[in-house]
Amino acid sequence: MTSGIRFDGVTVTYGGNTVLDSLDLTVEPGEVMALLGPSGSGKTTALRAVAGFVRPASGRVFIGDRDVTALPPYERGIGMVVQQYALFPHLRVEDNVAFGLKARKVPKGEIPGRVADALEMTGMAAYARRHPRELSGGQQQRVAIARALAIRPNVLLLDEPLSALDAQLRSGMLAELARLHRELPDVSILYVTHDQVEALTLADRIAVMDRARLQDCGTPQDLYRRPRTEFTASFVGNANLLPVTVGEKGAAFEGVTLDVPVSGAAPGSTATLCVRPHLVGLGPGPNALSGRIGEVQWRGSTHRLYVEVGGHRVKADVRELRETPALGTEVTVHFAPEDAVLLAQGVGDG
Amino acid sequence: MASPGTGLLERRRAPGAVPTRSDPADRVPATVWPWALPPVAVLAVVFLYPLALVVRESLAPGAYAEVLSSPSFRDALLTTVWLAVASTAGCLVLGFVLALVIAFVPFPGGKAVSKFIDVFLSFPSFLITLALLFLYGTVGMANGIWTDATGDPTGPFRFLGTPWGVLLAEITYFTPFVMRPLLAAFSQMETAQLEAASSLGARPSRIVRQVILPEALPALAAGGSLVLVMCLNEFGIVLFTGAKGVTTLPMLVHSKAILESDYAAACVVAVVNVALSVGLYVLYRGVSRRAGA
Repeated sequence: MTSGIRFDGVTVTYGGNTVLDSLDLTVEPGEVMALLGPSGSGKTTALRAVAGFVRPASGRVFIGDRDVTALPPYERGIGMVVQQYALFPHLRVEDNVAFGLKARKVPKGEIPGRVADALEMTGMAAYARRHPRELSGGQQQRVAIARALAIRPNVLLLDEPLSALDAQLRSGMLAELARLHRELPDVSILYVTHDQVEALTLADRIAVMDRARLQDCGTPQDLYRRPRTEFTASFVGNANLLPVTVGEKGAAFEGVTLDVPVSGAAPGSTATLCVRPHLVGLGPGPNALSGRIGEVQWRGSTHRLYVEVGGHRVKADVRELRETPALGTEVTVHFAPEDAVLLAQGVGDG
Repeated sequence: MASPGTGLLERRRAPGAVPTRSDPADRVPATVWPWALPPVAVLAVVFLYPLALVVRESLAPGAYAEVLSSPSFRDALLTTVWLAVASTAGCLVLGFVLALVIAFVPFPGGKAVSKFIDVFLSFPSFLITLALLFLYGTVGMANGIWTDATGDPTGPFRFLGTPWGVLLAEITYFTPFVMRPLLAAFSQMETAQLEAASSLGARPSRIVRQVILPEALPALAAGGSLVLVMCLNEFGIVLFTGAKGVTTLPMLVHSKAILESDYAAACVVAVVNVALSVGLYVLYRGVSRRAGA
């Protein structure tokens, strides 16, 4: 059986509501694909269509080259880990992990070894005899991962697996998941999350979803540096989106002509300029914009300044300032021409 | 209410005191006792005193020996126990299956059925028996249809007057008492667990056996012991089916006391019946406490 997942025009409706709108997406064998989007964007529905818990109204779902659209979940051979762990409370850790092996009629003699392997891999071998209620949230999630991996799936579905954990545990588990993937290079992983840090850290590619549709898909670097849509630009990295009018050379924003790459855009048309807050500097420089400070947030190592330029707020993340500037202070901010990306209005977001 | 100076309002703790079971400050102060008097008095008059009378009556010389050694008592005890155990087993099986369907198989009207279960619990037990009489009684619908079809004046359905009729009526009436705690338990169950089991390769039958059933055990035990106690004491159903050969302990009390005016014997049977059901009730409380009910 080959690995990889393919959505072929998958549409899911709930009583007249389209919750997933003709999704076309391919997860390559061994690839980690993050489905990133706000709640209600259709990302979990897409994952559940792969698992077999929702039946598409139209379209096909493939695991490897097998069309699984009509198969019940128990015949799909996938591993799944969800936010709330979903361990069986009455079974010990080892029996939780063995559950899938017994269900799939793995020979009795093989089961203890495979349970031990899976627990070893997730660092839970010492807890085999415990009950789930005797474990912390992070440990329970490790057991859930071990249980999913024990059946040696070609496809692993992770549905917000770290959302129930606190921030510190989350970053530890993120590293753990990355390590697991290095140890299991053939397993395709579909990782549903609303957290861009998880997606950027773990994914080979990110599919950005919004309002039941795929908005954008690409490598994390690609999406971050060259977002194609306003939604991607703001959802991934919370970029500045400045409405500009395209000129012969550069683009005009609030009466200032900015030196930015405009290749391909028709002069005179309106477009959106995307600039990452951490690439906006304080003080004079290229593409200088003047305005008043509308709000200041201290974030430890950085200050976030909201600078009112005309009727717009430009966000700038600057290294921590010795003195917090007063609200209303007149300041100049700037950004390098190559740090700006021009988004043609409405590209790809229907 | 004006502050009475004594009683409930005085049960204040020192600020910051941590209440524990063994905390001496948590002991009921003597001033509270007068408040307990009225309910205890009512209880004593309407319940404890008559109960004591029953027990005293049963202690008549030779009454226990005579009753316990009589075949009619032993028959009644046996009938009571097997009917109660069989009814309970039937209720558990039927209740589990029905609750499974209502809880996990989405069907139109499922919520309404679940609500109806609650209403059903408030029905008197004889109502079910009456309904069964209309259906399967000697002049009931089923026999009527048979008579119309074949001309045979006596229909084939005569089981209502046998222990099987009582069993059917008890299972019909008491099954919802098993379903109620089961539905509560099922509603607490995470669908994510069922989905996880399914994605791990478990077919529905395995999920029922290995995921749902173990989690339903406390609810089954609680519902089952409740039904067992209620079946042991059931009088209305046995009386209404008119099953002549079916004498249970409550029926025996009735016939000894009312028909034979043998109060001593009736009281002995009653004491045995009370002991049996109180014992089971204690068991039920233990089980349901474990189930968190």
